[in-house]
Amino acid sequence: MSPPGRPKGEFRNVQHEGTPVSRRANPPSGFTLMRARQRDRRHLLRGAVAAAGSAMLTGCDKLSHNDAFVDALKSAQHLSRAAQKLVAPRPAMAQEFDRSHIAKSFRSNGTLNPADADYQALLEGDFADYKLAVGGLVQKPAEYTLAQLRAMPARTQVTRHDCVEGWSCIGQWKGVPLALLLNAAQPLPSARFVVFRCFDSMDTPGPHDSRYYESIDFDDAYHAQTILAYELNDQALPVSNGAPLRCRVERQLGYKQAKYVRAIELVDSFGNIRGGKGGFWEDEGYEWYGGI
Amino acid sequence: MHWVNVVCLTILLMSGLTIFNAHPALYWGKDSGFADPWLAIGTQPTPAGPIGVTHVAGRVIETTGVLGLSQVAGQPTQRAFPSWATIPGPQWLAMGRHWHFFFAWIFVVNGIAYLLYTLFSRHLVRDLLPTRAELRAIGSSFKNHLLFRHPTGDAARRYNVLQNLSYLIVIFGLLPLVVLAGLAMSPRIDSALTGWVDLLGGRQSARSLHFIAAAGLLLFVLIHVFEVIVSGVWNELRSMVTGWYELPAEPKEEVRP
Repeated sequence: MSPPGRPKGEFRNVQHEGTPVSRRANPPSGFTLMRARQRDRRHLLRGAVAAAGSAMLTGCDKLSHNDAFVDALKSAQHLSRAAQKLVAPRPAMAQEFDRSHIAKSFRSNGTLNPADADYQALLEGDFADYKLAVGGLVQKPAEYTLAQLRAMPARTQVTRHDCVEGWSCIGQWKGVPLALLLNAAQPLPSARFVVFRCFDSMDTPGPHDSRYYESIDFDDAYHAQTILAYELNDQALPVSNGAPLRCRVERQLGYKQAKYVRAIELVDSFGNIRGGKGGFWEDEGYEWYGGI
Repeated sequence: MHWVNVVCLTILLMSGLTIFNAHPALYWGKDSGFADPWLAIGTQPTPAGPIGVTHVAGRVIETTGVLGLSQVAGQPTQRAFPSWATIPGPQWLAMGRHWHFFFAWIFVVNGIAYLLYTLFSRHLVRDLLPTRAELRAIGSSFKNHLLFRHPTGDAARRYNVLQNLSYLIVIFGLLPLVVLAGLAMSPRIDSALTGWVDLLGGRQSARSLHFIAAAGLLLFVLIHVFEVIVSGVWNELRSMVTGWYELPAEPKEEVRP
């Protein structure tokens, strides 16, 4: 590793060879020669360390672009997921907090207000025309208005939101348990994942589909704390936090908590959806399993 | 085992800094609060352009060139830790995580294997635990280290008392802490025993402790490598790999027991 702002070449031995040569005017004593040799060796060592460090860095960056290597690195997530499900099986509950721990303002991240025309039209009408579609591999597809969702049994929970970036924020969420909607829809035996289709285009809205989406397995879909939230801290869900409806999957990271949900689709595989990795950020290289 | 550790620890430290860079601030408590991190690295505008600054425990230190603002491909770039200290070099959180979690597995498996070995081979009792006499002589050992006086003769075969203590702190203090605090940041692991993260003071405290323990490990590595170099690098390296350790020359008058 070379210190910053210093070109690597500065460590090279050659630049220091001038010193002993200039001393040749007076024949050098054995001592100075030894010192010079020691110094040369030190420079050589330092140069070797710097060269090895920079070679390692370049190597790591090259490997980060090697598909086979990255696939090998990413394979660890299967091990992590299996191990985590072993120590924290399906019923294990995320920590819930006292209301006194609720953050003064809940941080918003990612999309803060979707520019998409269909979303803006719904927002103008205060989501009176909003309908959540539940479909895909189910026996009974259905649509729900916000009023219908609010009339269903609700769960309220004060939980900690953990962003993949590293920060955490505590808030109180109220919403419909996803399990209720799934039970009503009666998934087909072939269904394995729940996909959340969202309103917000991550690039400029256009023909290229960059709308946010996410997916979870049934382990998390039927978990007691997995809800579709329409309230944050006793208020209607703010636009910057995903109005009118967002997902809470409390045992996974923030990017799994899809905001601006417009439809729920049950699938047997997400391989043919957009980038095929099961979510917008997953298509950008993040792990599908966000429990770590 | 040792060389697996060298590879793992290097990659874990450097990919860890990539992850840190995604939100370069540390807090105490259950959540971030954002208002008062005890450590934050960023930039500050000045008339002459932005400068890199590090806020630590209420103080502001200018750290342009290293922390907050550093050169990436010749351009001053806003990033907490510089690109020569991170894996991958460019700020790329997803890739940093892939490196980190893959090598974390190898590191932990290797560490558990080492722990079992120290217990069953009696390496722990025989070599790592200092004797009472050694503990009493800790003052002179400290002085010898400061004066770069290294043990000669048979004494050089054994770990000395400061070595014992620092190895024990690393093996039974820093390493378990870094692993535990790392696990505490996983929302799924947090649910294994609901609320256990509070034992570490909450998730953001765990993130801070993970960082501090990692810094402690780095400090250990720096001192360790320094001591290996000053006490004869080839002899030590050969003994680490092959077990063949050449005794440093003894003063003549010393009589072997």
